[in-house]
Amino acid sequence: MRVPIRWLKEFVDLDGAGITTAELAERLTLAGLEVGAVERVPDPERLSWDGIVVGQIVGVEPHPNADRLVIAHVDWGEGPVPSVTGAPNVTLGTQGVKVAVALPGARILNAYGEEPPTLEVKTVKIRGVESRAVICSEKELGLSDDHTGVLVLDDDAPVGTPLVELLGDEILEIELTPNLGRCLSMVGVAREVAALTGAKLKLREPRWRVAGEPAERFARVIVEDEELCPRYTAAIVRNVKNGQAPFWMRYRLLEYGMRPISLLVDITNYVMLEWGQPLHAFDYDKLKARAGGRAPTIIVRRAQPGERLTTLDGVERELDEEMLLICDEAGPIAIAGVMGGLDTEVDENTQNVLLESASFHAINNRRTAQRLGLSSEASLRFSRGVPPELCGRGATRAAELMRRLAGGTIAQGLLDAYPGKREPKTIRLETREVERLLGVRVEPRQVREALARLGFGCRRRRGGLDVTVPYWRLDVEIPADLVEEVARVLGYDKLPATLLKEPLPPQRRNRPLELEERVRDILTGLGLTEVITYSLTSPESVAKLGLEGPFVELANPISRERRVLRRTLMNLLLETVALNRRHRDRVAIFEVGRVFLPEAPDAEGLPKEPRRLGLALAGRRHPLSWAAEPRDADFDFYDLKGVVEALLAHLGVSRSGEKDVRFEPDQHAPFHPGRAARLVVDGEPLGVLGEVHPAVAERFELKGRVYLAELDLDALLAHAADERVYSPIPRFPGIRLDLAVVLDARVPADRVERLIWQHGTELLRRVVLFDVYTGPPVPEGQRSLAYALFYQSDERTLTDEEAQAVHARVIEALRRELGAQVRGLEA
Amino acid sequence: MSTLTLRELESQVERLRREGEGALARCQTLQECEAVRVRFLGRKGLVTRLFEGLKDLEPEARRRAGRLLNELKGHLEARLEARQRELKARELEAQLERETLDVTLPGRPARLGALHVITQTLREIYQIFKQMGFEIYQTREVETDEMNFQLLNIPPDHPAREMQSTFYTTKPGVILRTHTSPGQIRVMRERCPEPIRVILPGKCYRYEQITPRSEIQFTQVEGLAVGHHVTMSDLKGVLVEFAKRMFGPGTAVRLRGSYFPFTEPSVELDIRCILCEGQGCRVCKGTGWLEILGAGMVHPTVLRNGGYDPERFTGFAFGMGPERIAMLKHRIEDIRLFLGNDLRFLEQFG
Repeated sequence: MRVPIRWLKEFVDLDGAGITTAELAERLTLAGLEVGAVERVPDPERLSWDGIVVGQIVGVEPHPNADRLVIAHVDWGEGPVPSVTGAPNVTLGTQGVKVAVALPGARILNAYGEEPPTLEVKTVKIRGVESRAVICSEKELGLSDDHTGVLVLDDDAPVGTPLVELLGDEILEIELTPNLGRCLSMVGVAREVAALTGAKLKLREPRWRVAGEPAERFARVIVEDEELCPRYTAAIVRNVKNGQAPFWMRYRLLEYGMRPISLLVDITNYVMLEWGQPLHAFDYDKLKARAGGRAPTIIVRRAQPGERLTTLDGVERELDEEMLLICDEAGPIAIAGVMGGLDTEVDENTQNVLLESASFHAINNRRTAQRLGLSSEASLRFSRGVPPELCGRGATRAAELMRRLAGGTIAQGLLDAYPGKREPKTIRLETREVERLLGVRVEPRQVREALARLGFGCRRRRGGLDVTVPYWRLDVEIPADLVEEVARVLGYDKLPATLLKEPLPPQRRNRPLELEERVRDILTGLGLTEVITYSLTSPESVAKLGLEGPFVELANPISRERRVLRRTLMNLLLETVALNRRHRDRVAIFEVGRVFLPEAPDAEGLPKEPRRLGLALAGRRHPLSWAAEPRDADFDFYDLKGVVEALLAHLGVSRSGEKDVRFEPDQHAPFHPGRAARLVVDGEPLGVLGEVHPAVAERFELKGRVYLAELDLDALLAHAADERVYSPIPRFPGIRLDLAVVLDARVPADRVERLIWQHGTELLRRVVLFDVYTGPPVPEGQRSLAYALFYQSDERTLTDEEAQAVHARVIEALRRELGAQVRGLEA
Repeated sequence: MSTLTLRELESQVERLRREGEGALARCQTLQECEAVRVRFLGRKGLVTRLFEGLKDLEPEARRRAGRLLNELKGHLEARLEARQRELKARELEAQLERETLDVTLPGRPARLGALHVITQTLREIYQIFKQMGFEIYQTREVETDEMNFQLLNIPPDHPAREMQSTFYTTKPGVILRTHTSPGQIRVMRERCPEPIRVILPGKCYRYEQITPRSEIQFTQVEGLAVGHHVTMSDLKGVLVEFAKRMFGPGTAVRLRGSYFPFTEPSVELDIRCILCEGQGCRVCKGTGWLEILGAGMVHPTVLRNGGYDPERFTGFAFGMGPERIAMLKHRIEDIRLFLGNDLRFLEQFG
């Protein structure tokens, strides 16, 4: 909402209160009317109006050397001065007109190009005739983009006055939250300003001067839908002459940001900006013609199926039964509170006007405007609520302006269908309620004063107040609303900052989040960097993995690439790897986030949202360095598995946590068929890890091998050790004995290790595979696995013989069960 | 074996002393020292052999000769040990000299991965509120229209919906949450009638153009306190504390009236611009203040929807954006960087 200060001052005595614009902006902002900017006219960044004054054209003579130019003689108090101009609205007959004249030395905006942005006015000869001033257009003054003619001021503009005194202004740009519909008008803002600053409000109820026949003679109004139209009023103004609105009115519309159209339309817009009541002027004679020459009947009703109306903008609109229409007996003439119909609009020939001033249902109006894609200044106000009490005021004010400016006669009385008339709202405000909500004691007198300043009526009753809500406060319904008003007027800065006195509620841990954060710490500790990707993706991107839906789909995506919710992190991580591989030779990342599974929705019909952990490694194992060993090795499967194992170990998901952790060969679309594993803990599959299938990598434009894992974090964390139980530090020395197994290379190492554990007795404490060897002398197709076994007893120092005895049994078991060649090694 | 006289023995002792001292002095390595030890002091060494001659002497002469020999042995042993120590020290010195490294070579690369800057900001927020007794409570990201709007006092077609453009799913009534506020209803319904003090962090989604200042996906942290004596002054106290902990003890704050359908009264919290210290700059748009969060007293309707009787309970709620806070703290100018996942950005916070 743009609020020109000059206009605002018409309704509130800011000067009398000695308040600067900056102070006003601050006070409004603190009270919830956020002043986003204060615009100055003229804009000091572009130009000043130094040397531009009000002048009067005292005569115009033809230019001797140019048909298109004339010589205007302009007087600004120092006698006539010639100014050569080609403006079409300065002609030989022009006389007495007040204009803005830029004197030599003044700067005006360059109306013909961008560079230079401003031009200095100089005494020049134009086609041999001296020109000593420039009569300015709106564009040259920075008021609008209009350069079709010179700016013509109102006749009462005092000659010689600096233009800045007449038109210089400041405009508050207030960002209004949806509850502030009442401030979509100068009067509404003025009320706030007066209440917040103490400046005197200068508001007079609109009055009109009527004459002749009563309005009922000319038209009838019927409201068929009382819910959607609590009040419909209309005034009849006869014998008007349309034309151009006076400059002051057009200037204010321009300052607000509306384009002047014609006197009658401008008056409706002006009163809307002044009072907040949207108005519509119908051409009465067109209505009468539609009624076959009889007095028309205005009917407010919902649209019927299939009904159509061509609106002011020339577009034929299809209407539905949710939409409220203004009709006559011949059919629709306007979409209520949104836009008028083309057929019945006022034009330059309009003589008689039916002026509509009504109140419509806010939400219905908003819905209609949205459905039709028509947002107008009128619907902006209606959708935030226009109180029925305002209708008569708006009609009165606009009709009177039409009488005064367009020479009309106002028929007696207001046509007024008011089915939704209600008593003013009264709210009971308990004295203790203010303190209960604000936490600070406010004197009842202060409460009453604050509310009274905002126009609330207060009656003292035992223990509180009966507060009557003024008609323009549609947003106030409950005691808390009144408390807010009190706080706004007193100022939130007056509130103390206290600490919660409330006893501390029962404290609960958030174990899932704690573990999630632990996972982040472990993984960053392992050198991986956390990423957060979009939850939104596309089925096509997922299809690159060889995977598919079902997905939670958006009804209104912003783009095809983000039209479904993810059900895996994998494609998003691969996209992130690809992005970074363009400039990084090493990428090690992880993400913790939710995926969305629409199958089997919960009781509320909502998808499951399990947390997942994604890991991706690509490129060099070590950052490039002279000291890296091996220097140029890339990540491989075992790097990824090592990360997963370390994560599991640090979460206590391991043998020592009495968990059965297995990595089973797996076939999963995104992965290399021979290089993928399924993580299984205590028989429960928790996710997959592996090398990305080369074809998949290519689809993501990834060069080189990429390692990827996705784990079901919720399931994994359910296995995490809640508490670690201490096991005593061994008191007796242990013994390391090694062994080597040579066997078919296809036998999984896991099987060997399990056998070792199975036969190692309780003396076996640790098994480490320290060498894997293929090649001579190991026969083709076989490999040698070398293990270190650590034996230890809790009761005594183990003798070599005892350890050797167990070790021999392990070796024997391996021979027997694997048919393998096994030998003990010197450790 | 010929018999030695005491005199002869004395002269031999003297000779061996000189020879031994000389030999040790000529030793350059510990091995040479060892050879000298064997030659003089070994089981068949020269000194040892002299002891054998003692038995041929008169008792008187034997005592004297024995003392002389013991002195000689002790003397040479001490010399040997001193020489060994000296040589050991010299060898160590030589070894250390050989082992000199170029300490200016770069170290073997080792570094932690980086936590996402949003995670780090969230942790800071958690830390501050945990110390004020707030529990962290997370709720779902796909929500019902009812939870996200209606129960928060935002009926369909309410103009406040314009403040939050919504992603709808193809399933009617199911949307992506536009704010963390639906969590208020969920936590109240779970905890009623217990008093509540929680923060609700999580991802939110809005139908927006992606620009340097707006994203379709972002993070929010909601706060909610419900009890018998929760007031707006308490809200102010908690928020002032938060601002000071987050932005520094000298941070000036102000509460400004605002509007949210689910709070009444509603306010926004501004801090004095941390870039220009209130002078007015591009970031604070010349106002000297930065908007940090929205807040207010929980609307009675919302309390009721959560199961709490608004006559007996009051509550406050607030909501903030970690991205906004991170942008201010780290002078990040483009919100798209957060989900851009460029390691050159992320690793700056590692």
